[in-house]
Amino acid sequence: MSKPENAVLDATERLFLERCGDEVLASANAGSWSGEFWDELAAFGLPMALVSEDQGGLGLSMGDAYGIAQLCGQFAVPLPVVETMLANWLLTLAGLPARDGPQCLLFEGLSVINPTGGRRLVGTCPTVPWGRNCAPVAWVQDAELSYVVALDKSQGEVAEGINIANEPRDALTIDADMTGQNVAVCAVDPALTERCAALRCVQMAGAMATIGEMSIAFAMEREQFGRPLAKFQAIQQSLAVLAEQVALASVAAQMASGAVSASSVQTLAIASAKARVGEAAGDVAATAHQVHGAIGFSEEYRLHYFTRRLWSWRDEFGNETSWFEQIGRAIAKAGPDRLWSELTEI
Amino acid sequence: MNNFEFTRPSSPQTAEDLRVEVRAFLSEALKDRTLAQQAQTWNGYDAAFSRSLGARGWLGMTWPKKYGGQERSALDRYVLIEELLAAGAPVSAHWFAERQTGPSILRFGTQEQREAFLPRIARGECYFCIGMSEPDSGSDLASVRTYAKRTDGGYVVNGTKLWTTNAHRSDYMCLYAKTDTKSEDRRGGASQFLVDMKTPGIKISPIPFLTGEHHFNEVAFVDVFLPDNALLGTEGQGWSQVTSELSFERSGPDRFLSSFAALIGMVQRAGPSPTPAQAAAIGRLVAHLAVLRQMSRSVAAMLEADLDPSLQAAMVKDLGAVLEQEIPDIARRVFPSRPGIGASDDLDATLAYLIQHAPSFSLRGGTREILRGIIARGAGLR
Ligand SMILES: Cc1cc2nc3c(=O)[nH]c(=O)nc-3n(C[C@H](O)[C@H](O)[C@H](O)COP(=O)(O)OP(=O)(O)OC[C@H]3O[C@@H](n4cnc5c(N)ncnc54)[C@H](O)[C@@H]3O)c2cc1C
Repeated sequence: MSKPENAVLDATERLFLERCGDEVLASANAGSWSGEFWDELAAFGLPMALVSEDQGGLGLSMGDAYGIAQLCGQFAVPLPVVETMLANWLLTLAGLPARDGPQCLLFEGLSVINPTGGRRLVGTCPTVPWGRNCAPVAWVQDAELSYVVALDKSQGEVAEGINIANEPRDALTIDADMTGQNVAVCAVDPALTERCAALRCVQMAGAMATIGEMSIAFAMEREQFGRPLAKFQAIQQSLAVLAEQVALASVAAQMASGAVSASSVQTLAIASAKARVGEAAGDVAATAHQVHGAIGFSEEYRLHYFTRRLWSWRDEFGNETSWFEQIGRAIAKAGPDRLWSELTEI
Repeated sequence: MNNFEFTRPSSPQTAEDLRVEVRAFLSEALKDRTLAQQAQTWNGYDAAFSRSLGARGWLGMTWPKKYGGQERSALDRYVLIEELLAAGAPVSAHWFAERQTGPSILRFGTQEQREAFLPRIARGECYFCIGMSEPDSGSDLASVRTYAKRTDGGYVVNGTKLWTTNAHRSDYMCLYAKTDTKSEDRRGGASQFLVDMKTPGIKISPIPFLTGEHHFNEVAFVDVFLPDNALLGTEGQGWSQVTSELSFERSGPDRFLSSFAALIGMVQRAGPSPTPAQAAAIGRLVAHLAVLRQMSRSVAAMLEADLDPSLQAAMVKDLGAVLEQEIPDIARRVFPSRPGIGASDDLDATLAYLIQHAPSFSLRGGTREILRGIIARGAGLR
């Protein structure tokens, strides 16, 4: 993360530390929209983090925006912060105005039809983060062009769903007019799957950092057989592996964020990072729960806010197998003689 | 867990230019090497090849020019090393001298020792073995018994070193021995010596690997006289000198590329249109390698910046060994093969080699359990 913007990251961290405590996490877990917390994030400017300053945003670089995503994971922020950041980036990319409120991105399951009376956007997009609370931004292609469509919250029919962490993941059915001011042609492929996968990867790394710290602190505090768990070699060895995985996730997150710029993405780097971190996620969660014992299995204790998110996020925007396959196909196509040079370019 | 931070690595243009040069050289120099030979990586011994690297200025390339080096950055050297290992180059002859002992001589040696050894190591003409382990001292290096007793004009050494790779074809040993048997501190009273292997009283006996190959040895010292100028660094400071070598030893690409040949074999077998399961298996290993490589490059960058990445290095080595051990096993399950020594099929022959060598990956250079203990200590658990 580059230097000048670190002030924003520091301030974001302070805000999360103060505001994103157990109360917020518990009420979100019980199904409430954390409206007050959102208002504070919005007042601070996070939804507009990637919008340039002259358009009223914070003008952060992609790298710094990933720093914010990392913090969102580290604090399990139960709001569509990264989704809204990206939605606003997409809107301004297409020349549409950025918007204040919470937003979600729709880029699966939609198509353009062209009946008399003009083009329409139709279809159902599954598992949309906080679809019920958000104004959607859709990206859709027809045979010739791709479009960005800014929709109102009321324009989607919501079928509610939740992921493993009780985060809203709703199906949105859309049938909307595409002839108004809210539609723009998008000249470049915004690579939304890759960008979202990179964001989830970074969020997972953030959540793992918290899990790692909690597990180590717990092992030093909890005593059995007259000494702290940390003194048992079996515990030391499994926590060492946990620390390795937390570290590799943070390095993979660096890779993912370095693979995304405003104009392009490096798919293989994002694929490697997302899938590798997704694989580590299951191990990290399992070890953390093992070390914590029964208390970690209780709703009251905060470990599950992080582990349940890992179990959800690893499957969002491409699970391990789907990304591994994509990498493998690219490598097979390049052939054995180019294996190493492909690898060094990731 | 800030102890475990990895800084973002970068690759300078000089390193990328070097990469192109090294690839061109290797594609010619190694064109007759089979995949199973490539799998030997740093077990492959070829003195002529080592000298040809020396002739190109590719040994000790980070050292000062006056000692035969090129004063290039550690990141340049990193690129060279990873290219050599990925191509399965036979680097064993000069490996320990260039990776470990040379840097220690540069750091702790006298002017005379630097001038005597470094230019020859850099030319690929002076090979070292590492004498640390003993029959009763493996992981617990502090318990070594080999004793270098002070005498007129030097030391008299008695004791036995074990598992000494390449002792039978090295010019020198970097010996770790006690110089004070009464030290209160278990780790104290130890010193390092640069020992000419032709010194009278040294007896080298082969200890074949389970494969029958001869790499490691027992080296017995019976009243071996070492002159004063054989001492490396400060008498009694052996422990701290040795531990400072370890970040260099533990983090490099040699710690995760040992099974790379099997991955090449997998891609050969898969052809351009792999099944989904084959693609996923290959893609998974590539992703694991890509992330480890990033971690390892980060350690190199931290070393270059004079930071102390010893915990990060331990992590890279442990994660790397797990991966190196996994690769042959995945290969044989995804691409049904009949591993056989000297098999005509590339992958079969490579797997026969790697399956047998895999257990050593988490032993040599610090066992899995010891590395994890180091990481646990770094996390404040012990
Ligand atoms: C291929 C190869 C090449 C080698 N080359 C050299 C060389 O050139 N020079 C040299 O000096 N040495 C060399 N070695 C030796 C190597 O350094 C030792 O194998 C290593 O230090 C472990 O010692 P050990 O084999 O005696 O095992 P031990 O230390 O006896 O350990 C046996 C098992 O017990 C575990 N263990 C030990 N202590 C603990 C503990 N405190 N807590 C938990 N578990 C523990 C170990 O992790 C291991 O699993 C080489 C080894 C191999 C395999």
